[in-house]
Amino acid sequence: MRGASTLLLAIGVICASLGGADAVTLKAVMHSDVKIVDPIWTTAYITRNHGYMIYDTLFAMDEKGEMKPQMIDSWEQSADKLTFTFVLREGLLWHDGKPVTADDCIASIKRWAAKDTLGQKVMSFIDAMTVQGPSRFTIKLREPTGLLIFALGKPSSNVPFMMPKRVADTDPSTQISDFTGSGPFVFKSDEWKPGDRAVYVKFVKYKPRTEPPSGLAGGKVAKVDRVEWLAISDQQQAINALLAGEIDYVEAPSHDLLPLLTADSGVKLVDYNPLGNQYTFRPNHLQKPFDNPKVRQALWYAFNQKDFLQAAIGDPKYYKVCKSMFPCGTALASDAGMDGLLESNVQKARALLGEAGYDGTPVVLMHSTDLQVLTNMAPVAKSLMERSGFKVDMQSMDWQTMVARRAKKDPPGAGGWSALITSWVSADILNPVMTGLTNAGCDNALFGWPCDTETEKLRDQFARATDPAEQKKIAEAVQVRDTRITTHVFLGQWYQPIAVRTSIDGVLTAPVPVFWNVEKRNAS
Amino acid sequence: MVGYILRRIISTVPVMLIVAVLVFLMLRLTPGDPAAIIAGDNANAEQVALIRDRLGLDKPILTQFVIWSGNILHGDFGESFFFKKSVSELIASRLEPTLALSVSTIILAVLIAVPLGVLAAYRRGSPVDRIVMGFSVLGFSVPVFVIGYGLIYLFAIKLNWFPVQGYQRIADGIPGFLQRLVLPSLTLSVIYVALIARMTRTSVLDVMGEDYIRTARAKGQVERVVLFRHALRNAAVPIITVIGLGVALLIGGVVVTESVFTIPGLGRLTVDAVLARDYPTIQAVILLFSLVYVLINLGVDLVYRVFDPRIRY
Repeated sequence: MRGASTLLLAIGVICASLGGADAVTLKAVMHSDVKIVDPIWTTAYITRNHGYMIYDTLFAMDEKGEMKPQMIDSWEQSADKLTFTFVLREGLLWHDGKPVTADDCIASIKRWAAKDTLGQKVMSFIDAMTVQGPSRFTIKLREPTGLLIFALGKPSSNVPFMMPKRVADTDPSTQISDFTGSGPFVFKSDEWKPGDRAVYVKFVKYKPRTEPPSGLAGGKVAKVDRVEWLAISDQQQAINALLAGEIDYVEAPSHDLLPLLTADSGVKLVDYNPLGNQYTFRPNHLQKPFDNPKVRQALWYAFNQKDFLQAAIGDPKYYKVCKSMFPCGTALASDAGMDGLLESNVQKARALLGEAGYDGTPVVLMHSTDLQVLTNMAPVAKSLMERSGFKVDMQSMDWQTMVARRAKKDPPGAGGWSALITSWVSADILNPVMTGLTNAGCDNALFGWPCDTETEKLRDQFARATDPAEQKKIAEAVQVRDTRITTHVFLGQWYQPIAVRTSIDGVLTAPVPVFWNVEKRNAS
Repeated sequence: MVGYILRRIISTVPVMLIVAVLVFLMLRLTPGDPAAIIAGDNANAEQVALIRDRLGLDKPILTQFVIWSGNILHGDFGESFFFKKSVSELIASRLEPTLALSVSTIILAVLIAVPLGVLAAYRRGSPVDRIVMGFSVLGFSVPVFVIGYGLIYLFAIKLNWFPVQGYQRIADGIPGFLQRLVLPSLTLSVIYVALIARMTRTSVLDVMGEDYIRTARAKGQVERVVLFRHALRNAAVPIITVIGLGVALLIGGVVVTESVFTIPGLGRLTVDAVLARDYPTIQAVILLFSLVYVLINLGVDLVYRVFDPRIRY
């Protein structure tokens, strides 16, 4: 008996060592280091990406932008549109080998909804969530909403990732310390060295869906054994390492370095996210001069998107003029209300400022200097605004200082601000409810604090609408309303390709960079 | 001597206290909000406020300082806001790469610079002297990151002799450890070679005209012995001062070099912590650097006696 177990152990060791020899490791440099590993606790995109590695979702957005069941096997909605019944797929396991249950999912939804804005909105419609069996649960609504399935498959921060109940029961304001998920990769917390690397290994017991992968939906098949995210903060060095073949994948190479990459035969660029990102100009509604709606309206005439995009991105292949609040290429994209706007009509802008009685109060424009995609934006805004008669005081600072300062409601002279420019991942701004900047709920709104009951009424109507045509009509109304109240001005869409070695295939077209389906061939 | 060392060690206490107060205050007065950074771009004011509450940042600054200094007296530097690890653990995990880089840089710099300086002094006015001094000026003038990128381009990308970036722990194999240390150490050592070579030349020139050098030559000593035993030993005090200063200044160079070569050491930890406004980590790292600075100065003072027994404390 002892001999047999020794033999088995020896075979095991040999197999393990053979496996180790053949193991395929993919080395990637992401846009940031993984510092926080609780995707519900923070909305940081790197933590969201980490979440997609190790967690799974009940629903997921496919390549066409439609929500498809992911952990869910089947679901139905009652005739009165108030009760949803969900059945989990068979064979779903947590990384510790225990089965995924309905109880786990309800606890996860609750924790997510306590933090996420869209989740909070959806929870206001939910009457009860009830376990009906180990893999069956129901969600009963107080009144119909078209948001529930969309929210459960929400592609970007905060994503409703499923966690074991013991983890999901953690107070949403406390970071989790148990990283058990049920996704296609397992987080190696023992190998995680913040500032150096985060390591993931293939979850061999993961049961992918049978459909081919599409966006964030379909079969999540891990085709590499190990993924290492290396923290290389210096862009030039990440590119050097990719060119030298030391790493396989750079998530966000800066646009000015792309020519270096296209010139190398060992590297290719992959346009993985067709939705891209959207630049936005955010005025502070609480402070002069943007407390005046007419002054804000002048911005629509002062700006044109092309000047911004050309200065920030440069290559037209990676940007698109898109006069729509919701990203071009998505269901709610529209040019409603945009006639004559964003065309740098200086005369009209000046006339509006005159009508508004603009007294030359300087616009304190915060200029972020350390994020390459934002650095050139504020100077363009300053120039276009000054041409239209604004007085602009552009103040340069690093991004983190800007993040802290934008939370201040004080006047610009007392440490506050008048305007800033930022960029949003398109997957975060797909409809009026999830788009943070359209929130015009005064003190409850995001920085800039717009206050408009009409917009809030429309957003509420959108949450209640269940028909896509009706939703589109409401979204257009929100956009038209925005051209009057100017919660924000959209400055165009831009795209970020991923750079990979030519030995890498299978990068999926999705709003988030994901690593299932990615394979690495031996370099010849 | 022992009394002197004890006095010097005790004198570090007020220095460290002043550093602690200054660092704590400067961080609180600098713009930036760790809670907003942690919460992410999509977070609303309520989420940020909750995080601020969790981190204790909503307490008055004085209360925060009392809690922090009380914890330090118990040897607890707190928990990083971001990494969810104790700061001591973080620092310990980053110590090896920084020590390896610093030690190899100083060894390399001394081994190259001292002979070069002595040679330049011995061949004063010759082309050798001019080349060494020219290199010295260049070493001072070119920023560390430019040297780093230049070496990477030549030796890592074009010649493929060394890796572009990264660090391998000594426990994972000495060849890989050394291979990954060559370019960063060379990069960082350039400025110290320039500094030490220049100081060595000047100091050796100062003593070359002394009577005991003439006596040594008159006794028939070979020039090598005259230079290294008599001249260099007597010129050692200013050279050691410069080396000591160099070790202390290394802290700044390490920050840049570790960032360029992606070495997960204390330098990068400092940069990451500053960018993220990770107060507990910044405070602990700066206290550590200050302590190292003070100890290096003490060490230099003690080494003086080895080279010049006339010095008394």
